[in-house]
Amino acid sequence: MSIKVINDKCTGCTLCVKVCPFAAIEMSSKKAVIDLDKCTLCGACVDSCKFDAIELKRDSGKTPNLEEYKGIWVFGEQKKGVIQSISYELLGKAQELAKKLKTEVCCVVLGHNIKNNLQELIHRGANKVYVVDSPELENFLDEPYTNVLVNLLRKHRPEIFLCGATFMGRSLISRVAVKLHTGLTADCTGLDIDEKEKFLLQTRPAFGGNIMATILSKNHRPQMATVRHKVFKEAEIDTSRKGEVIVEEVPKTLLASRTKILDIVEEVTSTINIAEANIIVSGGRGMKSPENFEIIEELAKVLGGAVGSSRAAVDAGWMPYSHQVGQTGKTVCPKIYIACGISGQIQHLVGMQSADIIIAINQDSSAPIFTVANYGIVGDLFKVVPLLTAKFKKALNK
Amino acid sequence: MDYLLTEEQVMIRDLCREITEEKIKPVAAEYDEKEIFPWDIVKVLADSDICGVYIDEKYGGMGGGMMELCIVAEELSRGCAGIALAFAGTALGAEPILIAGNDDQKERYLPDIASGKKLAAYGITEPAAGSDVAGMQTTAKKDGDHYILNGTKHFITNGGDAEIYTIVAMTNKAKGARGASIFIVDKDTPGFTFGKKEEKLGIRASSTRELIFTDCKVPKENLIGREGQGFLLAMRTFDQSRPGIGAQALGIAQGAFEAALKYSQERKQFGKSISSFQGIQFMLADMATEIEAARALIYASARQIDAGVKSITKESSMAKMYASDVAMKVTVDAVQIFGGYGYCKEYPVEKYMRDAKITQIYEGTNQIQRNIIALELIKQSKI
Amino acid sequence: MNIIVCIKQVPDTTQVRIDPETNTLIREGVESIINPFDTYAIEEGVRLKEKFGGKTVVLTMGPPQAEAALREAISMGCDEAYLVSDRAFAGSDTLATGYTLAKAIQKIKNFDIILCGKQASDGDTAQVGPGIATQLDIPQVTYVKKIEEADEKSAQVERMTEEGFEIVKTSLPCLFTVVKEINEPRIPSLKGRMKAKKAEIVSWKAIDLDIDEARLGLTGSPTWVSKIFTPPPRPRGEVFEGEPEDVATKLVEALKDRLNS
Repeated sequence: MSIKVINDKCTGCTLCVKVCPFAAIEMSSKKAVIDLDKCTLCGACVDSCKFDAIELKRDSGKTPNLEEYKGIWVFGEQKKGVIQSISYELLGKAQELAKKLKTEVCCVVLGHNIKNNLQELIHRGANKVYVVDSPELENFLDEPYTNVLVNLLRKHRPEIFLCGATFMGRSLISRVAVKLHTGLTADCTGLDIDEKEKFLLQTRPAFGGNIMATILSKNHRPQMATVRHKVFKEAEIDTSRKGEVIVEEVPKTLLASRTKILDIVEEVTSTINIAEANIIVSGGRGMKSPENFEIIEELAKVLGGAVGSSRAAVDAGWMPYSHQVGQTGKTVCPKIYIACGISGQIQHLVGMQSADIIIAINQDSSAPIFTVANYGIVGDLFKVVPLLTAKFKKALNK
Repeated sequence: MDYLLTEEQVMIRDLCREITEEKIKPVAAEYDEKEIFPWDIVKVLADSDICGVYIDEKYGGMGGGMMELCIVAEELSRGCAGIALAFAGTALGAEPILIAGNDDQKERYLPDIASGKKLAAYGITEPAAGSDVAGMQTTAKKDGDHYILNGTKHFITNGGDAEIYTIVAMTNKAKGARGASIFIVDKDTPGFTFGKKEEKLGIRASSTRELIFTDCKVPKENLIGREGQGFLLAMRTFDQSRPGIGAQALGIAQGAFEAALKYSQERKQFGKSISSFQGIQFMLADMATEIEAARALIYASARQIDAGVKSITKESSMAKMYASDVAMKVTVDAVQIFGGYGYCKEYPVEKYMRDAKITQIYEGTNQIQRNIIALELIKQSKI
Repeated sequence: MNIIVCIKQVPDTTQVRIDPETNTLIREGVESIINPFDTYAIEEGVRLKEKFGGKTVVLTMGPPQAEAALREAISMGCDEAYLVSDRAFAGSDTLATGYTLAKAIQKIKNFDIILCGKQASDGDTAQVGPGIATQLDIPQVTYVKKIEEADEKSAQVERMTEEGFEIVKTSLPCLFTVVKEINEPRIPSLKGRMKAKKAEIVSWKAIDLDIDEARLGLTGSPTWVSKIFTPPPRPRGEVFEGEPEDVATKLVEALKDRLNS
């Protein structure tokens, strides 16, 4: 790999000097000069140059100096200053991986006025918390978030970077990976370390969840992966844990954005969010009509759970999309999942099969849902479900 | 069976099949129960260029003929024959204009039909004159530049929902059948009103109303052909429309058969799917064979019409009669295969059975069809 | 307004079944379809053109058979179609795919909006859309559920989030990934289908694009698939059959302790 400044094109604007995380660029007679001893070939200056005056040649695209990349980073997703639970789930996994690699866990948080809310990240296992605090970062915007993260990742060079597969995470991380020219694996359901080579083993469902694939990024760093909500368990809180909060400053130029949020609208729903629920009662095509979901709602109410739905029931217009469980809906991981009149297409199963206990109620004993169910009832759900509601009510003294 | 459809015909069939699966089947039961006129489906058909498949490209259509019309009627009826009637009833109403309308009339009316902007209806039947066309009471009296229509039409498909009506009325009662004429009447013509919507056994998504003419002034430019040609034109219209009704019946039969075939493989009794029982197998084999025979007859007669063969009365009557009898038998058998479930509204087959019945009745009862066929046979055998 | 819609041809994953004997995928007879999420992008692209004028171009990278997906997009109302197809692209991961598509878009030129489905139904990564935007150095808004306003310079859209939605204003050109709430894709009309049958599809190979070959296909892909396996089936649970009264009692008994804890 090699890097050079094309003097004919360089205007001496000094933008590259500002963005270089390693202070490897200086101005000399109004032209940029790169100090090759300090330069890590990270490419930040190439991205920043508006005149294509810096040329970086990558040989076969490999990240140079792989062995210099150390540590596991987790993206700490915050909304309105509150760290989202997905980040705690990632910290739990990150600690396991760090143990195998004998390395440290770091969390990176971008936002505004958030410095005081970060102790819990340490209590949940982060050795270091990197913070960039700026008004431009108050709400998620693709460009400044990407630029700042890329800057920090180039500077600190972690070997692994994990992010939640949330609306925010998925948008952001894809841009970051392209800028860093590294590999990214979406929606991992398993993460582990290859004992010999120390690679991150990223396992995810493919082909609509019909098969699992384990994916490696051998020659590129950081190895990046996203994980959906509720796939891993949250890291335990240990208030005796000590760690360091490091406030990072970044050049203002990185904070510019071509998109702007005009308004944030929260759609209030009275029902429990299924992604958070401990108990979910779901209905599918077998419910036959939207009115029949009433019996599902009653059972869910008695159990203190949420109402879910299969894609078939959502497509039929019986339930709103926000209740959909499965591949194209939400992944859920409740303690108890009760599937009523759901045949159990693979697309549905991938969204709920990590529930602790699965109960299937279906007329057709050959329905695939029974292959994942801990308890199955073959019978008419319109008879069984109201009976269950009554009996649970009694058993729970409600 | 491969009917060697043209590339375009295959495209029409596939498109209509898609519309039937995605748009019609999901609403068929509800529209049937609540008697909802399928305006949303009409919009889909219009956006898909289906409304004008049988209309000349000059008037904004796709330039096809009877064969294309039959393919559409069959495929849509596979999902719901009542919904299909918004299309098929319009084609029937447009038929007199297509056969005998002058350029001005075609230019004024066909583009809106082809684009799906307006539906049409055909008004011939009266409370006291069903198959007996000569007994018609509605009159049209010439008055300067207008004709004054008086009388009542009965059981008119798309009545009240269509914008364009082709109406048979007597311009000279003394001449009997030779005194009938056909007029185009716009929905908003003063003196033209509608009776109440009929409540029916089947095709309930289709509207059926009385048309009431009280000193209704129709411009003389709206007379199709010449005075006194009405009866002949009405008969020619029937010759052309019967394969379409046959295609509707065919679609009903096909839909019911597919449901029964599928169910027979899902339903288990004595530890086996009921399709493994010979009693069911024989029923399925008969149903499929009769459907295929009906299809062959309909396609052959439609192609004859498109080829411009003059004498088509017998063949088109055969197609209508046979296909509708098959539809009735097949749908009854489909209900039988479904057993008790088939008798319940939860499953679609009882609806196919209710829908099938009308195809044996309208556009000339099957008894009249047999009369026509017999008379044609005798006529043709005379030397 | 000029719009480019990026689509992917995928196997219809709802048809994929597992052979219970061998525990492997049965791929036979599985149809190729346009990625369902991309049909919303096509529909939106055509609607924008119908509203604002201009043209809608559809682009895909894939094997020669992907031409069928482009023809379907034309039947829905797209004006032009481009197929980027070369053996050199085989094995591309999301990074290499985004790079290749970005290069093709640079060759098509003149675009105000790029539309993608939120993700592909076979890979489910949701990475290629943002990847293209980053390679082209244009802004992006993901999970768009409504495009409210647009002129030559900017657009205002609604972006779905976990809690509801955000109203986002962006400068153009911009890339949007869309969710299915945005519209209902039309059934292609008869005239559209006829047009699609005859339409000319522009086909580009790697050599036709101003491209760095080291960044293509397997060589240009940082991620490698090291192992593929079918998920182990869960052991079969307990099944209750019989009178509703009895089975309900049995289930409540089995779960009671769990619920109280």
